[in-house]
Amino acid sequence: MIQVFAKEFNGFLHSLIAYLVIGVFLTAMGLLTWVFPDTSVLDYGFADLDTLFSMAPYVFIFLIPAITMKSFAEEKKMGTLELLFTKPLTDWNIVLGKFFAAFALVLVAIAPTIIYYFSIVQLGNPIGNIDTASVVGSYIGLALLAAVFCSIGILMSTFSNNQIVSFILAAFSCFLFYTGFDALSSFAGESVLLIKQFGILYHYEALSKGLIDSRDVAYSLSITAFFLLATKIVLGSRLW
Amino acid sequence: MSLQVSGLTKVYGSQKAVNNISFTIQKGEIVGFLGPNGAGKSTTMKMATSYLPPTHGTILVNELDVVKQPMAVKKIIGYLPEHNPLYLDMYVHEYLQFICGVYKINGEAATTRIAEMIELCGLTKEQNKKIESLSKGYRQRVGLAQALIHNPEVLILDEPTSGLDPNQILEIRKLIKQISKNKTVILSTHIMQEVQALCDRVIVINLGEIVADDKLENLLTKSGGSNIILVEWEGDIDTDSIKSLPGVLSVTSIGKTFRVTAAPEVDIRAELFKLSAEKRLSLLSLRQEENTLEQIFKSLTTKEQA
Repeated sequence: MIQVFAKEFNGFLHSLIAYLVIGVFLTAMGLLTWVFPDTSVLDYGFADLDTLFSMAPYVFIFLIPAITMKSFAEEKKMGTLELLFTKPLTDWNIVLGKFFAAFALVLVAIAPTIIYYFSIVQLGNPIGNIDTASVVGSYIGLALLAAVFCSIGILMSTFSNNQIVSFILAAFSCFLFYTGFDALSSFAGESVLLIKQFGILYHYEALSKGLIDSRDVAYSLSITAFFLLATKIVLGSRLW
Repeated sequence: MSLQVSGLTKVYGSQKAVNNISFTIQKGEIVGFLGPNGAGKSTTMKMATSYLPPTHGTILVNELDVVKQPMAVKKIIGYLPEHNPLYLDMYVHEYLQFICGVYKINGEAATTRIAEMIELCGLTKEQNKKIESLSKGYRQRVGLAQALIHNPEVLILDEPTSGLDPNQILEIRKLIKQISKNKTVILSTHIMQEVQALCDRVIVINLGEIVADDKLENLLTKSGGSNIILVEWEGDIDTDSIKSLPGVLSVTSIGKTFRVTAAPEVDIRAELFKLSAEKRLSLLSLRQEENTLEQIFKSLTTKEQA
């Protein structure tokens, strides 16, 4: 698995993907958090990072599928998947290697925003007047959300050897899982909460409050595991 | 026994790509897998490397079942797939390092092994280049280095020279010949000269079935049948005097050249020479038309379709 992980991660660094993802994410987040007056923390008047954490998932809906769209689609197109499958690697080695490489890249992109936290700590009046627990919870929530999106993206890239198809499928599925269930729940009378709980947004918001509930963590991890398992099954279908 | 295939069948939908084929390959043999495009060569190889599961039948590589113990089989097989897929954005060195890692060759062992492969495959000058910047011939060498890096016992090469120019073909063949010492090699091709240049034994496959499996010399002589001599004289000669020679079955003339078909057991070249002395004609050429592999291939692989 480590070999596949290293190959994938180096692949991001060799191509422009890594720099683009990190650059675009940080530029977008920087502008939204500090510059654009509608969302800027400076004009907002409260010492918190809500802007960052409420906008980041929407940026991820586009960025993460861009990272994962090539993972299987390109291998299929180039025929290198045959190479991997005829090497002594299990399907799990390949799937997990690719998943963790994409996930690691997203974490690298998120990491610099920790500076925002320290900036807000200094800007608060009095200094240090910030809800640290909520920030920590939000970061954990964001990382879990990224894991779910990565697993969705990886699965979608197994369906086609066309990267654009896998990008669109992944972006739409991420969007659906993030806000789709929340929006759907407004139709449901009694079972509003149940349907809401299927979506990521409900759990993400819960974590953002700074309360790290094992149910929310378990939800994210099991959704991720589900999509990775589905990926493995799709890849294994060549043997049927 | 290096490779044992028995009753192998592969069905895609309603189409039988490979139909109940069986053969065994001994250790150290170089076997050519010959057949027209779409005959089932690649499908058979894909099944032998456990990329595709067979519909029926078994494949044993060094007594290991490909379906039941795929991991063990993958470790002892070196495989160069058709069209030689490579990660174009990787460097040659980096790529070989990755493949080493996959085979759990690490540290010092990997460094020496990569250096050996680079030297063996003639990649010294290209080793620090990106694969996408290499010519097709060098890419093929990288593909071979990749297949050989773990010193496999069985080497499966799917059309290793397709798409190369004549010089590159010769170089790659030389390389295959060199690396195939002490290894069992199966290579597929639709080029007859390749088999002639490299293989001890040839398996001809057509429409998913084996139509011939023999040593090359046997195949050349066996399906020979008739004995054809092309002869040319300076000056005129009537066909009847040739026909009257003992053993001659038929004579056809193509311009000044006569195509003389004789019974397989007699050599009529001496008779033809005597004839020219009798008639006081200078003999310009006298040669035996060889039963080339092309003809055998053609006859074996078109028969079935009719």
